[in-house]
Amino acid sequence: MSLSIPHALSVWRRNAAMYRRTWRLNILPNFFEPVLYLVSIGIGVGAYVSEMDGTPYIAFLAPGLVCVAAMNGASFEVTYNIYVRLVFEKAYDAMLTTPIEPDDVLAGEVIWAVTRACIYGGCFFVVIALAGLAPLPSSLLILPLLPLAGLLFAAIGVAFTVYIKTIDLFSFYFTLFLTPLFLFSDVFFPLKERLSGGWLWVAEVLPLLHPVRVARAAFRAEGAPIHVWDLFYILGASFLLLAWARRGVRRRLTN
Amino acid sequence: MGPRTESSIIVEASSVSKRFGARPAVDQLSLRVPAGVCYGLLGPNGAGKTTTLRMIYGVTRPDSGTVRVFGIDIGRDPRSVRSRLGVTLQQNVLIEELSPEENLRVFGRYHLIREPELSRRAHELIGFLELGSHAKVPVRQLSGGFQRRLAIALSLMNRPEFLILDEPTTGLDPAVRLALWSRIRDLKAEGTTALLTTHYMDEAQRLCDTVAIISAGKVMDEGAPSDLIAQRLARETVELDCSPSEEPALLNGLSPTPQRLRVGRRLMVYLDDATRLIEHIRKLDQGQRRSLIARPTNLEDVFLALTGTSLEGGV
Repeated sequence: MSLSIPHALSVWRRNAAMYRRTWRLNILPNFFEPVLYLVSIGIGVGAYVSEMDGTPYIAFLAPGLVCVAAMNGASFEVTYNIYVRLVFEKAYDAMLTTPIEPDDVLAGEVIWAVTRACIYGGCFFVVIALAGLAPLPSSLLILPLLPLAGLLFAAIGVAFTVYIKTIDLFSFYFTLFLTPLFLFSDVFFPLKERLSGGWLWVAEVLPLLHPVRVARAAFRAEGAPIHVWDLFYILGASFLLLAWARRGVRRRLTN
Repeated sequence: MGPRTESSIIVEASSVSKRFGARPAVDQLSLRVPAGVCYGLLGPNGAGKTTTLRMIYGVTRPDSGTVRVFGIDIGRDPRSVRSRLGVTLQQNVLIEELSPEENLRVFGRYHLIREPELSRRAHELIGFLELGSHAKVPVRQLSGGFQRRLAIALSLMNRPEFLILDEPTTGLDPAVRLALWSRIRDLKAEGTTALLTTHYMDEAQRLCDTVAIISAGKVMDEGAPSDLIAQRLARETVELDCSPSEEPALLNGLSPTPQRLRVGRRLMVYLDDATRLIEHIRKLDQGQRRSLIARPTNLEDVFLALTGTSLEGGV
């Protein structure tokens, strides 16, 4: 292990310096996407659904969409943005001429992706709180969940990014992985009411399911033992994927 | 400035080899860069120059052999070696959205330099590389010459004792090249050791105290440019266009037969006194003045002789 937190933070500072310049352009699409879903599905479709899982539909939808915002924030960063820095901008080649080591690069990028997950998820949370959809203070528990959701999707995305050879594969990542996750992870409907026993167990592999379940519990101020499993899944999967990504980063940056 | 190393050898590479798949990039290469010199690594494309540099700053691990920089094994402690050296990569790696000043600050943080020292050094380098007029403009809008100067400035943020420059002036106009050469000389005068690769033999001849000519991953020869020229080839060169069939007649009567090098129709003849050959050719051509050039033999001739086209006449 050769990780130096100060060097990792200098990688984070690089991205932050760039983001300060471009955030107005970057934040809008990521931020508006869940807002549009909330308005269209929540208010539009919600008008035809009296209630779901015991709450008005738009209130059912809101906590899941906060997690989706965090997922999107982290995912864009560790897919397209890391790939561009790696292959086109050669930013990591420059970093490796300094005392920065590959582990610092990985850590800096993951911390940055977590930061963006918090920015997007946090902004979205403010929107739903202003709309009266976030019961206070219990829903504030979603705030410490945002970095965890960010970490999970940073780990998944970076483990994909460092092993692929062409940027075109990201369209698969988004349409065949993130989109199905978005649609089938308790965000729009409770899986437990639509899937039978065996399938319900299979659904536990879906990464987005876990933060969404914890987020909804926070909104309802109700905890259950299954949320310990959710947190365990988030941390465990992140750890395993980052360990795997670490090998890929080393192989990609040094030879 | 950091503490100077006790040892007077900055880089010591001992029979390092590196292959990528089946292709050997560097093959049993050894070189020593003494402190305070400007050392040139010359070789055709694909000769292994960039791989050699990467092994020296520790991002490519040799398959065999060792590289010591400042007396430290780079494989064991890359961080402390890299904190004392600077590298200008072949391709400029700049953040295009940010200004030169911001680029310098971002890069300085990679070395954990903090404010106010960070801004002080950034301003110092903006002055040193004459970037002042464009210090606050996004890098995207800068010309190639400005971008290259900024790339070199970045590698100086940590005030390196040892500077590695991979093709520092490729693609630049003559004025920018002259300006960069003069900066490299300034750094050398302050005691910085430099290791550079270049395709420009005039650049190597002007800047470098010692050059190593490498081909297919091996050092073909090493020495001061003037020594290499004196050892390898005669002092003067006559360059002219002629076909291979004409050649024997043109050189007829010169004994011993001089060394010569052919690239297509272009023939270079190396001899200690060019006048005899020129008079001989003028006589043969009978008033029809063939264009020919007589010049001092230079490093490019040595380079071609060692790496490229076959040299006839025996070295």
